[in-house]
Amino acid sequence: MSDFSLWGLFLAVGLGTFAMRLSFVELYGRLRVPALLRQALLYVPASVLAALVLPAVVYPSGHGDVVLDNPQVPAAIVAALLAWQTRNAALTLAGGMATLWALKLSGW
Amino acid sequence: MPYQTRTEAFWAGVRTLIPLTPGVVPFGLVAGVMAIDMGMSPGMTMAMTLLFYSGSAQMAALQLLHNDVLPVAIVMTALVINLRFVMYSASLAPFLHHLPRRWTWPLSYMLSDQSYAICILKLSSGELGRFAHFFYAGTAVTMWVSWQLSVLAGVYLGASIPSSWSLSFAIPLSFLAILVPSIRSVPSLGAAAVGGVVAVFAVDMPYNLGLVTASIAGIVAGVLIENARQRSQDEKVAE
Repeated sequence: MSDFSLWGLFLAVGLGTFAMRLSFVELYGRLRVPALLRQALLYVPASVLAALVLPAVVYPSGHGDVVLDNPQVPAAIVAALLAWQTRNAALTLAGGMATLWALKLSGW
Repeated sequence: MPYQTRTEAFWAGVRTLIPLTPGVVPFGLVAGVMAIDMGMSPGMTMAMTLLFYSGSAQMAALQLLHNDVLPVAIVMTALVINLRFVMYSASLAPFLHHLPRRWTWPLSYMLSDQSYAICILKLSSGELGRFAHFFYAGTAVTMWVSWQLSVLAGVYLGASIPSSWSLSFAIPLSFLAILVPSIRSVPSLGAAAVGGVVAVFAVDMPYNLGLVTASIAGIVAGVLIENARQRSQDEKVAE
């Protein structure tokens, strides 16, 4: 991607994010969140993050080619267990990467 | 405890946030290393970090840039991830809206999951006193500085890491590290399961629509499960 379109992308996300952060602080008393939207927003992080993680683990190439001997799958399972048990980001990253390297070195 | 002076409130905010920084540094390092690894210049990387100031949106954007996804789809994804800030803004507004814009604009820009989580209960209880916004500013500035510095550290590390280390896998791992602790209820587990599985099957949809479709499916699943559980609980109470 060219630097020009990258700048456009960064500016669009930056301005949009700032607008969302400022929204209610700026328009206090003039904006209301509908109850259904409030409820839906609760599930945005879990849904979007899972939709980002699973394909990235299952398809190492980024496309829909299923690879059977994919060491990323066991490595991600180890990382998920670590995240669940410890809630520690550094341990999760280290454990997942170490598992991936160990499997690759052992010729998986 | 109500703080007596502005400085006291600000530094109390700084001290309250510092224990959370070790949880942020690894993500900053990954974001910096990945951007350099993908051929972005250090200046571009830091511009991105300053403009986004949002770790999960930044890593999602890097992941999608890595897969050559259309810029419009990348912007949409990043903004959907950041929708939660609308909620934070709504719940912080009663405590910040009376301040002048030279306060509200920078404080809104620096709104983060961490400073929100620390401040919202203390703000609503009124325990911070009349300098409460200085306490919030202390947490917000500390978080902002630690994020910028950890991405910068990643940028300088990035150049020296060989590609045989498969570091691009650190991005999905970072998402896992945020995702797993955020699953605190059956409906959020349902949202994650549906979102993840639909994304796997929808990966070949054009323009990366798979991600948006999967996210919406997951959100709908979460809402439906919550409502169904609520209904069965109401029935139990009625019996």
